[in-house]
Amino acid sequence: MHAEFGNYLLVFAFVISIALSIFPLVGTFTNRLSLVYTAKPLAVIFFVTLLASFVCLAYAFFIDDFTIAYVAQHSNSLLPDRYKISAVWGAHEGSFLLWVLIFSGWTLAVALTGKNLPRLSHARILSVLGMIGCGFISFLLFTSNPFDRTLPFYPIDGADLNPLLQDFGLIIHPPLLYMGYVGFAISFAFAITALIEGEWNATWARWTRPWTIAAWSCLTLGIMLGSWWAYYELGWGGWWMWDPSENASFMPWLSGTALMHSLAVTDKRNSFKGWTLGLSLATFCLSLLGTFLIRSGVLTSVHAFANDPTRGRFILFFLAFVIGSALILFLFRSGKVKTKANFSVLSKDMFLLLNNVLFISATFIVLFGTLYPLFADAMGKKISVGAPYFNSIFPIPMVAIFVLLGVGPLLNWKKHSFSKLKNGLIKIAIVSVLLSLVSVWLLGSFYLWVFVGLALALWVGLNSIYNLAIITRLKRGILAKLGSLNRATIGMTLAHLGVVILLAGVVLTSYYSVERDLRMGVGESQEIAGYDFKMIHVERFNKENYQATQVTFDIYQEGGLLLTLKPEKRTYFAGKQTMTEADIDASLFRDLYIALGEPLDSTGKIWSVRIYVKSFIRWVWIGPLLMGIGGFISLLDKRYRKKRKKIVSDDEVQQPVELQVAN
Amino acid sequence: MAMKPHRKKRLITILSSIAGVAIVVALVLYASEQKMNLFVTPTEVLAGKAPVDRIFRIGGLVKMGSVIRSKTELLTEFIVTDMEADVRITYDKIMPDLFREGQGVVAMGKMNPEGIFVASNILAKHDEEYKAPEVLDALERAGHPVKKNESDSQGQE
Repeated sequence: MHAEFGNYLLVFAFVISIALSIFPLVGTFTNRLSLVYTAKPLAVIFFVTLLASFVCLAYAFFIDDFTIAYVAQHSNSLLPDRYKISAVWGAHEGSFLLWVLIFSGWTLAVALTGKNLPRLSHARILSVLGMIGCGFISFLLFTSNPFDRTLPFYPIDGADLNPLLQDFGLIIHPPLLYMGYVGFAISFAFAITALIEGEWNATWARWTRPWTIAAWSCLTLGIMLGSWWAYYELGWGGWWMWDPSENASFMPWLSGTALMHSLAVTDKRNSFKGWTLGLSLATFCLSLLGTFLIRSGVLTSVHAFANDPTRGRFILFFLAFVIGSALILFLFRSGKVKTKANFSVLSKDMFLLLNNVLFISATFIVLFGTLYPLFADAMGKKISVGAPYFNSIFPIPMVAIFVLLGVGPLLNWKKHSFSKLKNGLIKIAIVSVLLSLVSVWLLGSFYLWVFVGLALALWVGLNSIYNLAIITRLKRGILAKLGSLNRATIGMTLAHLGVVILLAGVVLTSYYSVERDLRMGVGESQEIAGYDFKMIHVERFNKENYQATQVTFDIYQEGGLLLTLKPEKRTYFAGKQTMTEADIDASLFRDLYIALGEPLDSTGKIWSVRIYVKSFIRWVWIGPLLMGIGGFISLLDKRYRKKRKKIVSDDEVQQPVELQVAN
Repeated sequence: MAMKPHRKKRLITILSSIAGVAIVVALVLYASEQKMNLFVTPTEVLAGKAPVDRIFRIGGLVKMGSVIRSKTELLTEFIVTDMEADVRITYDKIMPDLFREGQGVVAMGKMNPEGIFVASNILAKHDEEYKAPEVLDALERAGHPVKKNESDSQGQE
């Protein structure tokens, strides 16, 4: 019953999305306000219908309805309730339903908050979102319906959720990631509407900016959670391996970062319009490309969903359609978007332009490395592009970005005098290099990249603080200084400090972590990086849906017992799948990480064991966490809640611009 | 077809940026030639087609009964086969959970002078559509068509 109802709701949502893509748009061109006014209620119904459909599927999981194929394949009567709910998005069909639901949530948010937008533009934006929604739902209905039945012969019990996914990380990682991915659809829809109307100015940028920052922040946190989850759940202790599915999310992140900064210029200076429009279009296209790479099964990776050529073909056509229409619109309409380029070399404008160029090159480096194996495959050559490629090329634009990031925020728009800046910058540069040398000396061994990385991190960090000092120079007292900052500045500074922590974490954990794979027996002891790891005993026991073998390790430091770690190997009853459950002692400066391999003899007392002492690994996630939080704080800035008055004055500024040469 | 000047200009801008990108890509490609890993089958290795002194990937099935584990250190030796030719592989790290005799495997590493492939990394195919044998059996006996292609395609690149 609920399956039919859920399915019916999906079809209904499909019809609504068609109506949303047609009626308001037609209304705006034929001046029929009655049609224009349908946009908002349609968007509301769109969301409510999908929410109800999603609830139907969740309910089917909750009551173990194995007559639904998707439930039978990805759940089991023994599965704990909390995982039955997260199992809803544990595989392709359900996760795509979640994807569409989140998309409709963003659509709803645009529908409800568009009071400041011109009514016609608002309706057109919602129509464009309706079209994208229509594409998404037809993908769901025609290639991946989660409500398909197994009737009349249904299994007595389900095949179980992949044990890798029976974890807290899975409950929150996909929703956040999807909020990021589909959130970029909004700046895309804004850009398409602007191209249709042939008008794109600071006002537009101000409307798009908070949405882009929100999507970017969600994507940042989503990727961070994915990395953290992979570290503790996959049992190999890595945090980023340039896996194609990681790259799939990283490309829209990189281009989204460029977009966010380019929007700042368009918002404040009413320039860079071509860039901003192009990046809005490109970022969402990269989101779709990521979806294609992950869901078509063309790539082999941890995330790759089951192979099904029809799905791949569908997304590819959808992608081609979206890119094609965006490109045609851009080609024929963006000529109307005039821009003035009027700034000197030493200015915030220039530095943000360079930021854009560098982030776009970084995106291409990742894009190339990710797609090259596919092209090579098509030409009959099997090639893999892995970490060595990315690790040798990706840092090049990044180093440049960090050098510029130290200076950029300090600069004025349009023009800055070098003499005013010189003394402060030279001092900070010297201090950064010296402190970095001292840190490397304290850490023991010298690595060029660690020195460069730490110096850059200090350079950016100190300059961020210097920037705050300059902004608040007229206030007395630290509290008064901090209190006088607006939220956009707080958010930006926090995000940049997040970058600093991430950068430091990346170089430190890459060079100072000690990783050993060993053969160890009960009673044996191993010394690694100043810690003594002693294998104490092996135990077996049963839990609600798995059997576990647990090995206890005592860890000594300088003769004294420091702590005990108990990594497990689990065999799940339903799927008979083996899982490695690492045990980790986390701290700010180092993690102790033990994961079990396999028993190496028949007594079960000798195991292959992976022991890691990971230096500064937490920084790799604390950094992005601050970046995400920084993004959300800057969203709260008053600037985005200003009423029409201000916007009208910006339009006046817009007038003389028409005379300037096209970008 | 006559094009309006501003469109022409825009088209030139787009084309020149595509050309710029192509140059970047060519440079990246040139620089990364050494960083990419070719995939080679055991037959090709025996025919001498494997890259010398370079890291490459080899894939096939783990030959039944070929897995030998050292009694003193963490070292595993096994044979990977494509049913035509066999290549011996050694690996001194933890095997992935899905590594089993008769299953598909992809190893990354180099050939040593003795003709043994020294692996630095081993991937056993991760299959998210894994189904419990009981469930498969139940589905089949119940007359429900089971998609078998996924479990059959394990290990095939």
